[in-house]
Amino acid sequence: MQKGTIQNSDIFLDNIAKSLGRERKETVIRPTWHHQPQWDVLANYTQNQLVDVLEAQCKSIHTDLIRTCKENLNETLLKVIKNFHGKTVMTSDDSRFEMFGLKDHFNEYKQREDIDVHTWDKTDGDTSIRVAERADVGITFSDITLAESGTVVLFSDEGKGRSVSLLPATYIALIPQSTLVPRMSQATKEIHRQVENRERVSSCVNFISGPSNSADIEMNLVVGVHGPIKATYIVIEDQ
Amino acid sequence: MPMHIGEKEFSSRVNKGLEDDFMRGAVRSAQGRLQTNRAKAADELGDWEEWRYLGQEIRQHTMENLDFYLKQLSEKVAERGGHVYFAETAEDANNYVKQVINKKNAKKVAKSKSMVTEEIALNDALEEQGCEVVETDLGEYILQIDDHDPPSHIVAPALHKNKEQIRDVFKDKLGYTNTEKPEELTLFAREQLRKEFLAADVGITGCNFAVAESGSFALVTNEGNARMVSTLPKTQITVMGMERIVPTWEELDVMVSLLTRAAVGQKLTSYVTALTGPKDETEVDGPEEFHLVIVDNGRSKILGTEFQEALHCIRCAACINVCPVYRHVGGHAYGSIYPGPIGAVLTPLLGGYEDYKELPYASSLCGACTEVCPVKIPLHEQLILHRKKIVEDEKKSGFGENVAMSGFGIMAGSSRLFNTATRMAPYLVTPYAKDNAISKGPGPVKPWTDIRDLPVPQKERFRDWFKSRKTGG
Ligand code: SF4
Repeated sequence: MQKGTIQNSDIFLDNIAKSLGRERKETVIRPTWHHQPQWDVLANYTQNQLVDVLEAQCKSIHTDLIRTCKENLNETLLKVIKNFHGKTVMTSDDSRFEMFGLKDHFNEYKQREDIDVHTWDKTDGDTSIRVAERADVGITFSDITLAESGTVVLFSDEGKGRSVSLLPATYIALIPQSTLVPRMSQATKEIHRQVENRERVSSCVNFISGPSNSADIEMNLVVGVHGPIKATYIVIEDQ
Repeated sequence: MPMHIGEKEFSSRVNKGLEDDFMRGAVRSAQGRLQTNRAKAADELGDWEEWRYLGQEIRQHTMENLDFYLKQLSEKVAERGGHVYFAETAEDANNYVKQVINKKNAKKVAKSKSMVTEEIALNDALEEQGCEVVETDLGEYILQIDDHDPPSHIVAPALHKNKEQIRDVFKDKLGYTNTEKPEELTLFAREQLRKEFLAADVGITGCNFAVAESGSFALVTNEGNARMVSTLPKTQITVMGMERIVPTWEELDVMVSLLTRAAVGQKLTSYVTALTGPKDETEVDGPEEFHLVIVDNGRSKILGTEFQEALHCIRCAACINVCPVYRHVGGHAYGSIYPGPIGAVLTPLLGGYEDYKELPYASSLCGACTEVCPVKIPLHEQLILHRKKIVEDEKKSGFGENVAMSGFGIMAGSSRLFNTATRMAPYLVTPYAKDNAISKGPGPVKPWTDIRDLPVPQKERFRDWFKSRKTGG
């Protein structure tokens, strides 16, 4: 990718240094913070305990949580899709749909239930966005799952479009239990590690906690604004 | 809309607020709810104080090294193919955005909520050149449709409007035919705005926090409009106040955790979206072109002064939600898009004493704001500093003390506001009250009594206030 431009930087930054009463700084070492309470949250919880925390938190974010195992995943998913009155479904293009044995079943959905399952197609972006926009259900896997806040973290890439979890009327997150961590700190630590190792950070990292909502009218909570109106998490035992 | 809103005279804005019963009721109940939520979220965390110290330490370190972190940020954004423009003034920032929009020949801009673009009056600048700007945050959308009614709260901008008013605005302006139920109003807005997102040529966002180490920035929202704005339009422009930055992703975690708890009592909002540069070449959604505009607009003049901590603000509005003065006069009375305690500190710094010297007096100095601030900004101390400076400045300019007191005079002149502002005071000053007049008081009351003897505020006020506060009423 071509490098971008930077304009006016020196005047602007010199001005800041001047206000601070010193020369410009060329290096700064980030200190070790004196207080670090974030690492104590849900420390030493087992994966099973973290699922319990996640489940409890889902209640306050208007999200259904269903636990299942690999064997029952297909039936569970189909039930949730039908529950959302899904006729058109958009999924991300993620190898885990195959790994968890869902890909093969998607073909049957059409015959059995007249449900169309589309996969995000990087070679035909316009169509992908259009289909996502009128889809009843969007489905993605979670990359990292935060128990404390009931959050799925999605790293965008060519197969994992931003629209899949955003434009459809409802959203289903598939959560392999092994993706659970206590809170946001573990996810941002991982991204910090990527940066330090000069790995490429995803152009869009979404932290999603339930369906969209707003309290802008007389502080009344309304669930479902611009993003999905409903959300369900399916936690899959995978260890 | 520039930073200044409403009538020029502070006293007429205040009286207007005091007369608007609906608005005051709405503010009261919103404050109650937000306060309870915040307190609950802080309790749940257990060691809220530790978190606040951490937040304060991070903000301090970042401000002290701001030139370094901004430089790092800009280089990382450019490495990822984004363009960075450092704008010293509001005008510089607006001109740059206009130029990008002209180049793209864009007719429609979809915007997600951003205080800094309000501050620099970006919408006006764009509309002048014939570009349609659509605000997509529900509250901002309502205000925009209602002939650009100014926001009255930094997190819930349409707080002063009731659902019937909103229904009527939608009916008059957009042909809405349903009821005043919030669900129906929201669904209608969703449908209207969906079309706008799909049609917009350019998306404009604010920035809650930029991350220096990777050139990323995070948007913290519940509605999902910021995701729309950063997913669908082909060009994205992000405008940030220069202080809205953290060193690494690890600090992003801390600041976001503090923000969502302090602002709305949530562990995280529905969406925290962290974006880095434009979309990758192989990705299909997301902007092809990305511009970051970093705005000074008076902020560097605050750096290195005794007011530097005002730049630590993360715009959570917790101080606004506990402020007894805001509770009575509402957001519009401050005459600034930044209301409440932080507005009273920040607005005179950005806009000058000339227009805003009354604001530091719109406070009872009860200290509730300082107590809830998630990054420990000593708000009421900053207000005292302002008062001292105002008095000194005016003494120096030879106008004498009477003029110097004019800010205070306006407060005392409005007896309803004066009573409001002193609501917390009796509890603090009783031992010092002689003959129903206060001579010298301790702590926060001192600057008031330094100015002149005050009548003793009525005793039951504090208790009244406290009772209604506890029941969230
Ligand atoms: S001053 Fe503190 S409490 Fe007020 S908005 Fe800023 S961060 Fe929040």
